[in-house]
Amino acid sequence: MITAQPRHLRRRYDVVVVGGGPAGLEAAVAAQNAGAAQVLVVDREPEAGGILLQCIHTGFGLHRFGAELTGPEYAQRLVAQAQGVDIVADACVLDVDEQRRVKLMTTASGIATVDAGAVVLAMGARERTRAAARIPGTRPAGIFTAGLAQRLVNLYGLMPGRRAAILGSGDIGLIMARRLVLEGVEVAGVFELMPHANGLNRNIVQCLHDFAIPLYLSTTVVEIHGHERLEKVTVAPVDSTLQPQLAQAWEIPCDTLLLSIGLIPENELSGQLRLRIDPATRGPVVASTMECSRDGVFACGNVVHIHDLVDFVSAEAMLAGTCAGRFATAAPAPADNVRLLPGENVRYCVPHTISTEREQTVYLRTLRPLESCELRLVEAEGNVLYTKRLRYVFPAEMVTLKLRPAILQKFHGGTLRVELVPRAFPGQGDAAEPGFPLPAPDKRPGGEP
Amino acid sequence: MTAQVTTHYLCIGCPLGCRLEVEEEEGGQAEVEVRGFSCRRGRDYALQEHRAPQRMVTTTVAIDHALWPRLPVRSQQPVPRQLVAEICRALRSVRVVAPVTLGDVLVENVLGCGVAIVAARDMAAC
Repeated sequence: MITAQPRHLRRRYDVVVVGGGPAGLEAAVAAQNAGAAQVLVVDREPEAGGILLQCIHTGFGLHRFGAELTGPEYAQRLVAQAQGVDIVADACVLDVDEQRRVKLMTTASGIATVDAGAVVLAMGARERTRAAARIPGTRPAGIFTAGLAQRLVNLYGLMPGRRAAILGSGDIGLIMARRLVLEGVEVAGVFELMPHANGLNRNIVQCLHDFAIPLYLSTTVVEIHGHERLEKVTVAPVDSTLQPQLAQAWEIPCDTLLLSIGLIPENELSGQLRLRIDPATRGPVVASTMECSRDGVFACGNVVHIHDLVDFVSAEAMLAGTCAGRFATAAPAPADNVRLLPGENVRYCVPHTISTEREQTVYLRTLRPLESCELRLVEAEGNVLYTKRLRYVFPAEMVTLKLRPAILQKFHGGTLRVELVPRAFPGQGDAAEPGFPLPAPDKRPGGEP
Repeated sequence: MTAQVTTHYLCIGCPLGCRLEVEEEEGGQAEVEVRGFSCRRGRDYALQEHRAPQRMVTTTVAIDHALWPRLPVRSQQPVPRQLVAEICRALRSVRVVAPVTLGDVLVENVLGCGVAIVAARDMAAC
């Protein structure tokens, strides 16, 4: 999928998009459809497509394209759509200022500055590393984030090692467990700090069960051993407060440790622009148009909050791109008039403000698994404005709420709280602590050496 | 009386992850009983997994004269689950030359299972 490189950068673009992954490509096309004639996408890789290019497994595109695609197939469809967009690869945005002047460095023309009618931030996310998890021990070679290992294996055909342990049961870690086994690497097990797996059941079944890879819940890596190369890790069960029980620790001989312990939105540029950042999402605070706290700067995809599915990234990016295109070429949308705040059991909700005039989608994440609960919009005085019954919510699955203007017609306040409240069952105990199903027949060597 | 054999499955239809059980007479082709599902899709999934589990194969093959040294490939249809590892092993010896177009058939009828292996993206020559 070689993408057309512009021969010369223009002095001015209607919309400049930072990042050529799924969010950036969707936003660029949407901006163009909204009237922006000149759109530039800047990507640091040799080709656009983002992390999809290394996600060679299927499971993408059921919502967006009505077909189950691999990552590269999804990316290729997005690049094909973006025919009329200038994509500059092997390039890097160094800075964006308040006047939306974008300073970038390209392989062809060195450092250049272009003016942008609107800017879309679509830088995606980075993986949490060993430093973020503060795993004690020595510092040998052989410790990789799962996504880096995925890149080495799927793009370069390089094997990270011969026997691997995987910390964290996020989807990338589960996918890589299967991938390594299929490439002839032995996988000693997947270790998850929490009492429940973080990835989709589909991946638990098709990546772990299919290949008899053990999943150890409530267990974590407590020490790393080895000098030149990783030799073994010590793992230990954790108690209900997540404290490791070192008396029950045991050792796993391995030369490779993969970390699948979460993603952090990549917001260096947002910081330089001094955008307001939500500490819960670690992404910019956004309005219902995906506009950030500076005029004409929009954001979408994993840079705003971590999504479960690329299909949701596409939807969010189309909105951001459309609004950016309109901002650059026509009258921007009227401002939001209601602030959304996360309430009981809600870790965060995006966008941070909404309008009573438009239909919009609110994304939120629960703090803990709940079975049979209600999603509520609550006014400052405690009146419940809206309720929606949900069969279940899980921290690993984003909850989406389509909000029609009619719901807000009789609301005149300025702030709404979003809550997830367990529904009480007559004749049942505390519904707030459900016996939610553990997703695997998992092994725990309960104190054996 | 023949013994009943129960097999356990984890439903992948949604995050509820129902614990499914399929009960069947030992060695029997007779009636099976499915338990533990909370929707129709769960019941169908249990039967499918019990009778003939299918999986899509995705892996990479070596490619010369391209931007990357590996080309992502997929099976055109799902294959029987027990063939996945063997197919991936067989594909390790496949080597193609750029340019390749998405959907190009690289291996027809892999391991005689009737399914083709196709390129999962374009890769230009360079």
